[in-house]
Amino acid sequence: MLEGLMIGLSTAFSVTNILMVIGGCLIGTFIGMLPGLGPMSIIAIMIPVAITLGDPSAALILLAGVYYGAIFGGSTSSILLNAPGVAGTVASSFDGYPMARAGMAGKALTIAAISSFMGGTVGAILLMVFAPMLSTVALLFHSAEYFALMVVGLSAIAAFAGTGNVAKALMMTLLGLMMATVGEGALFNMPRFTMGLMDLQSGLSFITLAMAMFALPEAIFLVMNPGRSAQGGENGGKITGLRITGQEARKIAPVIGRQSIQGFFIGVLPGAGATIASFLGYAVERNIATEEEQKEFGKGSIKGLAAPETANNAACTGSFVPLLTLGIPGSGTTAILLGALIALNVTPGPRLMIDSPHIFWAVIISMYIGNLVLLVLNLPLIPYIAKVLSIPRNYLIPFILFFTLMGSYIGQNNATELLILVGFGICATVLRFADYPLAPLLIGFILGRMLEDNFARSMQLYDGISFILDRPMTLGLLVLAALLVIVPSYRARRARARAAGVADGD
Amino acid sequence: MALDRWIALIILGIALAYGYAAFFTMDQLLPPFMQRNPIWPSTFPKVLAVLSILTSLVILLGLEKPSSEAKTPDIDYRRLGDYNIGQAALLLGLMVAYALLLRPAGFLLSTAGFLTVGAMILGERKLWILIPVAALATGIVWYLVEGVLGIFLRPLPFFLG
Repeated sequence: MLEGLMIGLSTAFSVTNILMVIGGCLIGTFIGMLPGLGPMSIIAIMIPVAITLGDPSAALILLAGVYYGAIFGGSTSSILLNAPGVAGTVASSFDGYPMARAGMAGKALTIAAISSFMGGTVGAILLMVFAPMLSTVALLFHSAEYFALMVVGLSAIAAFAGTGNVAKALMMTLLGLMMATVGEGALFNMPRFTMGLMDLQSGLSFITLAMAMFALPEAIFLVMNPGRSAQGGENGGKITGLRITGQEARKIAPVIGRQSIQGFFIGVLPGAGATIASFLGYAVERNIATEEEQKEFGKGSIKGLAAPETANNAACTGSFVPLLTLGIPGSGTTAILLGALIALNVTPGPRLMIDSPHIFWAVIISMYIGNLVLLVLNLPLIPYIAKVLSIPRNYLIPFILFFTLMGSYIGQNNATELLILVGFGICATVLRFADYPLAPLLIGFILGRMLEDNFARSMQLYDGISFILDRPMTLGLLVLAALLVIVPSYRARRARARAAGVADGD
Repeated sequence: MALDRWIALIILGIALAYGYAAFFTMDQLLPPFMQRNPIWPSTFPKVLAVLSILTSLVILLGLEKPSSEAKTPDIDYRRLGDYNIGQAALLLGLMVAYALLLRPAGFLLSTAGFLTVGAMILGERKLWILIPVAALATGIVWYLVEGVLGIFLRPLPFFLG
């Protein structure tokens, strides 16, 4: 590991890469602060830039920096405006906004920054310990297990979508997988489902799809409902008193310790991610706090702010574990990162640590630097960065739309791509009206090719479907996948039957 | 019928068309030597078609009841008229126009136009601020894309070069 660290240090500490981290964090904070633009949209917009860089480690470092920055920016707008830019920071507004209302905006931001820093740093340490272990295990996997593992990942994402939504999330995943089969695959030398159109020959572009699924619907929602882009009126300008006292630091230290570990492990689970980690962290800390401290929760408790902030940053780091070791993204954001890596000719997975250790370790080191940048550079700059909240929406929205268009045009250099973007964007907006989750679609789309490749390879090795029965681990994983999908809906059904007071026969 | 079930109906249609293509048309083109393979190009799509038809039926028939604690949606589609749907539609139209004009009109003109008209659709009327801002932003982005990223974008309309 020490050797790896040295490689990582030497890669990450090149001038370009440090600039990448700093730039990424700043851009991420800047855009993440705008209500309605989540990390997924921002990373989708930044991908063309990252791909043009050409160097995979620099690209990944840039995008990871953008990711942390976006989460940090999201907490800033949660605290200052009660308008979370990111779902993962909704829980931060419960106690952060009351603090800002009470004139302690500066203190709230400092606590948020310190908690994020600690959460991210502890997360990075855990990642450093667990990722190599996991990838040693993962090297034993065959394509049959990979296939099964991806099925587990996809069904876990559907299962975590919540009661009443499992079928919808599953539907979106399947739709994404179906879209991945369009075009000419590497496996079979024939075009599939192109309907004779030349433009579909090479398949759908993942950047276009990412833009259409996240950035465009967000922008349309901002247009349709002006209330979403709440403007910083009352105390947008003045942020003072960034210091916290030693007593407060002692109070939040155990919270940070617990939540960074809990958040990390929640982040590792596919489909769970930063949002669940932050809500769960908030709930856990409220339950174990003393009686009088519990009363403060929701009214500006520093513990209530530190808990979700630590947890969501630790979970962001945790979500890199399945991406870097198995090559399977557990969240929408890591799915977009995976797409970017594949475009740069790097396949994340257990071989990543062996084949290109500099990428792996550089990313981990850049996590430390990124967290440090957020604490040292962004925190003092926050009063100035917060000015972005006063950009009038009349100017902001055309720019967001323009950047989505530019992103998908640069990727393909093809104006037809823009029409596909608008078309899919409209479909995605309608899907969001009906409460269909969109992240599973994109994850399905990105995993589709790999899923089919591994499936085909195992079919060929075992000359048929028998690999499922021959390999106990594959069978076990597939059973687990089925249970993940079936159990929640079965339990919801039983709970409903009980709640209705109607005995089902017995 | 609620919107999500209408969507499920549409997806069911897509899945049926997809399944038809996978089951009945794809294998005809397969050369004989590939037919001895355990896996055909249509194998995976067939599995997907069956699964997605089943899932869309589950949603369509309402087999999985939504959770009782209804959360407030971002936008309630039943009251679409209350939102700025016209503005959104105009902006989408503007994006299509941009896509069609990007090549013939050149990057600089169409982008500055897009930003200006987009802001005007949203209600901006201070043209003396808007047009310089749009022009400046267009110039900066063009410089970044052309100079820094090294991607060629035809800057001027077709008749100018």
